[in-house]
This record gives sequence, C-alpha cells and structure tokens, in this order.
Amino acid sequence: MMKSIFPHPLLSVALWLIWLLLNNTVALGHVVLGALLAIFIPWFSAGFWQEKVTIRRPWLLVKYVFVVIYQILVANMMVARLILTNQEKLHPGFLSVPLELTSPLAISLLANTISLTPGTVSCDLSEDQKSLLIHALHIEDADAIITEIKQLFEKPLKEIFN
Amino acid sequence: MLDIILSILIIVGAFFTLVGSVGLFKLRDFYMRLHGPTKASTLGVGAILIASAIHFSVKTGDISLHEVLVTLFLFITAPVSAHLMAKAALHIKVRQDKRTLNKSDQD
Repeated sequence: MMKSIFPHPLLSVALWLIWLLLNNTVALGHVVLGALLAIFIPWFSAGFWQEKVTIRRPWLLVKYVFVVIYQILVANMMVARLILTNQEKLHPGFLSVPLELTSPLAISLLANTISLTPGTVSCDLSEDQKSLLIHALHIEDADAIITEIKQLFEKPLKEIFN
Repeated sequence: MLDIILSILIIVGAFFTLVGSVGLFKLRDFYMRLHGPTKASTLGVGAILIASAIHFSVKTGDISLHEVLVTLFLFITAPVSAHLMAKAALHIKVRQDKRTLNKSDQD
C-alpha cells in the first residue's frame, strides 16, 4: 500500500522540501500542495526511475556533503593560485579513473563531485561504465590525484549506495 | 558588524568570480578553460548567495532559504553542462594543448 502511493519515497521527500523552499514558506496551503505534488510527480515520472534508490547509511551521506564542501573550498584556492601564477608551468592532462561503483546514480554523483571540486572536470564515461575520463588542470602526480578521488569520494559513495 | 561580514563574503565571491573569468581568458585550450566557469560558480557564487541569505534573513526577520535552492540547482547543473561540453569537445576532437599529458586519442 505504502509502496504504491510512494514509489520513490526519497524523490517525494526531496520534491516536497524543494517546493517549500521555492515558496520560502511553511504555510499550510503550500505544505498540502507540496505534498500533493510530491505524491503525483513520482507517479508520472516513474518510467524514468527504473531502479529503486536506496540510501543505506544516511549519516554517511551528510558526512560526504561536508567533505565535498571542504574540498571545494581547498580546491578553489588552489586553482585560483594556479590561474594567477605563471601559465607556462601548468601541465594539464587526461586521467582515467577506474570505477568500482556500479549504480548509475552513484556514478553520476561521483562525476558531479569531480567536476565541482575545481582542478578536475569529468569528461567521459567509458562504454562499459568501468572507468571515468577526467581532465585535470595541473598534474604533478597522476596517481596521487586518482588515489585522492578514490579515497575521498568513491569510497564513501560505495558505502552509501552499493 | 554584520555589514562587515556581508562585505567580506561579497568581496570573496567577487574575487573568485573574477579569477574564474581571468582563467577563461588566459588558459590555453578548451579543456583548461572549462575549469574557469565551474570554479566561479562554486565558491564565487556560493559566497555571494550566503551573503544574500544572511542579508535578507536579518532584514525581513524571516529566514530566507531561496538561496539554498539556487546553490543546489547550480551544483547540479554546472558539472553536468561542463561534462557535456567536455564530451562534445572530445567527440569533435577540439585541439588539445601541446603539453597535455596522456592526450586522449587524436589525429
């Protein structure tokens, strides 16, 4: 019964929160309207969500968000310095990161995270979804960058989604 | 006191946005230039949005959370558009800087 009303509970909660944030209010009318939207939109868009999204450890997801925010701060300053210093010293390059993640949502989250932490932009996912091609603005030690991505971002995502 | 904090946040935001634009101008090839805008839209816009949220929360007395949504949408859309541009550039084989390590297969 619950499952047929909420095929994707997480999507419903997210839609409801976004509706309330959009209207910047918690007035009763909007709470009810938002709830209706949160029920009906997942019904109609169910075809796009073939897989059921489950978050196994929500606490880890919260921790992950803070790790990413911190990494964004650090990486922003690093790249600002790279841009303002001598351009001749920059050695850009492509790196291939082997993936252990299998869920499409987890892979897209990882790719988004990689692009958000400046200095690296994800470019392409291989056909077999086993590796992600990224472009780095400046490479000193290619292996170090790959290890960092795997340790900081892929490991927690794997624990959360797989 | 509040004004000082807001000013600092806006200046920090403006600084990183400027650096992003400088990067867009100075960097050598398309792939490197992609890094400029993705960066400006994270810390630069982030700092300005935090300033906006604080300012309007204090000014109106109501907590203003629109900015959280703007940040959320920005954080979802910016990497996706960067990814698509990079993928398209790889596809049509845009010139890569001569110092690029591990050039992706190109003629």
